[in-house]
Amino acid sequence: MKANLSNPVLMKEIKLRFRSPKSFVGILFYLAAMSLFVIGFIYLMTQDGSSGGYLDPGQSYLLFTMLTYIQLVLVLFITPGLTAGAISSEREKQTLNMLLTTSQTSFQIIIGKLLSSIAFLVLMLVSSLPLYSIVFLYGGVSPKQLLQLLFYFLLTTVAIGSLGVMFSTLIRKTIISMIATYGSVLALLAVTGFLSVFFAVLSQGGASPAAHLFAAINPAVLTASLLAPDSGGFLHEVTNLRWPIWLIYLLFYLVVTATSVFVSVKSLRVNMARGK
Amino acid sequence: MIETRNLTKSYGTFRALHDLNLEVGEGRVFGFVGANGAGKSTTFSILATLLPPSSGDAFVGGHSVRTSPAEVRRLIGYMPDFFGVYDQLKTEEYLDFYAASYGIPAGERTVLIGQLLDLVNLSEKRDAYVDSLSRGMKQRLCLARSLIHDPKVLILDEPASGLDPRARVEMREIMKRLKDMDKTILISSHILPELAEMCDEIGVIDRGRLIARQSVREIQSMMKGDRTITVKLNGLARAAAGFLEERPFVSAIRRDDAAGEVTFSFSGSQTDQEELLAAAAASPLGIRSFAEEETDLEDVFLALTKGDGAI
Repeated sequence: MKANLSNPVLMKEIKLRFRSPKSFVGILFYLAAMSLFVIGFIYLMTQDGSSGGYLDPGQSYLLFTMLTYIQLVLVLFITPGLTAGAISSEREKQTLNMLLTTSQTSFQIIIGKLLSSIAFLVLMLVSSLPLYSIVFLYGGVSPKQLLQLLFYFLLTTVAIGSLGVMFSTLIRKTIISMIATYGSVLALLAVTGFLSVFFAVLSQGGASPAAHLFAAINPAVLTASLLAPDSGGFLHEVTNLRWPIWLIYLLFYLVVTATSVFVSVKSLRVNMARGK
Repeated sequence: MIETRNLTKSYGTFRALHDLNLEVGEGRVFGFVGANGAGKSTTFSILATLLPPSSGDAFVGGHSVRTSPAEVRRLIGYMPDFFGVYDQLKTEEYLDFYAASYGIPAGERTVLIGQLLDLVNLSEKRDAYVDSLSRGMKQRLCLARSLIHDPKVLILDEPASGLDPRARVEMREIMKRLKDMDKTILISSHILPELAEMCDEIGVIDRGRLIARQSVREIQSMMKGDRTITVKLNGLARAAAGFLEERPFVSAIRRDDAAGEVTFSFSGSQTDQEELLAAAAASPLGIRSFAEEETDLEDVFLALTKGDGAI
């Protein structure tokens, strides 16, 4: 069960993805849009007469917050598109059977597909770091916060990517796999938020573990908690629990990743011993 | 090398394969003939560890597809009837990917790929994108791919389907070379005369059952009952007709005095036929040739499957 850089699927997929000019055009447009946003924001803020022609740390932090939410939207909505066709598209292109009769293990194939799919998104995230770093010029944000956010984005990308690969393995059609993956992302964002509020109201001011857990696995809540650590206190007040949000998030998404990869590996090849 | 024991595959109430028992010895070429949906591809998919049998078992090199699929995969080279290619890879990169997938060290791949491209006559397309190749070239490339790890067994599902006559001839030539390399080959085709040319044995499958399994000649004999034989003579056709009338198993004698030949039906066995030839050669008839007319395998197949074979 090795998954190193000599993974043939990973190397082939990276070659195919980065051979296409579409990938570089995509990164170019993304960075151009981010740059315009950053420059536009700084321009508008420094044109305001009350600012004295400079960006104060509070405004710099606001810029950082906005950039972070843009990145979160990128992670949540591009990852399914990149991963939900990983296996099903091989099936549709009639290349999967030949791949499955090679000596590669199912784990190698799944990990190769997962890593190659998210490699593009990771490149997008990393290439936007210099833009992020502009906020350091104006203060208000620590490098530690930036690194925390980067790790958080990576974790979320891997988890959602694993879900995409799992649906792609289980579902024959890419389009249905995409719908299932986007549906899962929507559930993580909206359904967990709704359930959190629902259980909080139901507890009528008492301790509500369910409300706390549903809030803790919501990416928007953790983003807010990482950007403004005080916001975690608000959640503690509502649910009357002091369980660390980041730890619950970390454990939940690690379990999601491990389960999705396990299911994908088990489902990729048919079980020859089980006659049907 | 290949064996199936009571191999059965059902989809709900439909039985795609029904107690298939088959043995193919090492170095033998076995042709699978059958109409669409007869069970050929189902058998091949089970042998390629892509489809679990409902009951029974299949073995490749002594390894069960049920209990040792990974070992089976190492022994086989599989070419499916329908396949796609990675369109943004070059021919060499395509083969390199599969070589890596079989764990062949990077240092050995360049020479190996060169040899395989040579075998399938694609050396000049080494740097061409796979997507730009013609259908015949893609078929040959897929064949090279199935040979990349030097498998002992080749499972080729309709390797010549959809090819134009020239591409079919090229494919047939490659098959002959593979036969010379002592590969055990299981091949299916709708181009039945092509199977006759290269196979040691042919199995006819119909509605999931193996209804005949013999050498090409035996299958033809089994079907014919009466074979048509034409004798060309230096002497008189009338004398030859008289000679034949006295022989057993001979009927429907037709004489062509102008051409100096006699055509007749023969219902005896192969041995009987050999005895007749020996007697004719020993007679003073002056025989120039003694030839059995080829019966089209399609006719044999249609007769065996009671005319339902859609070929």
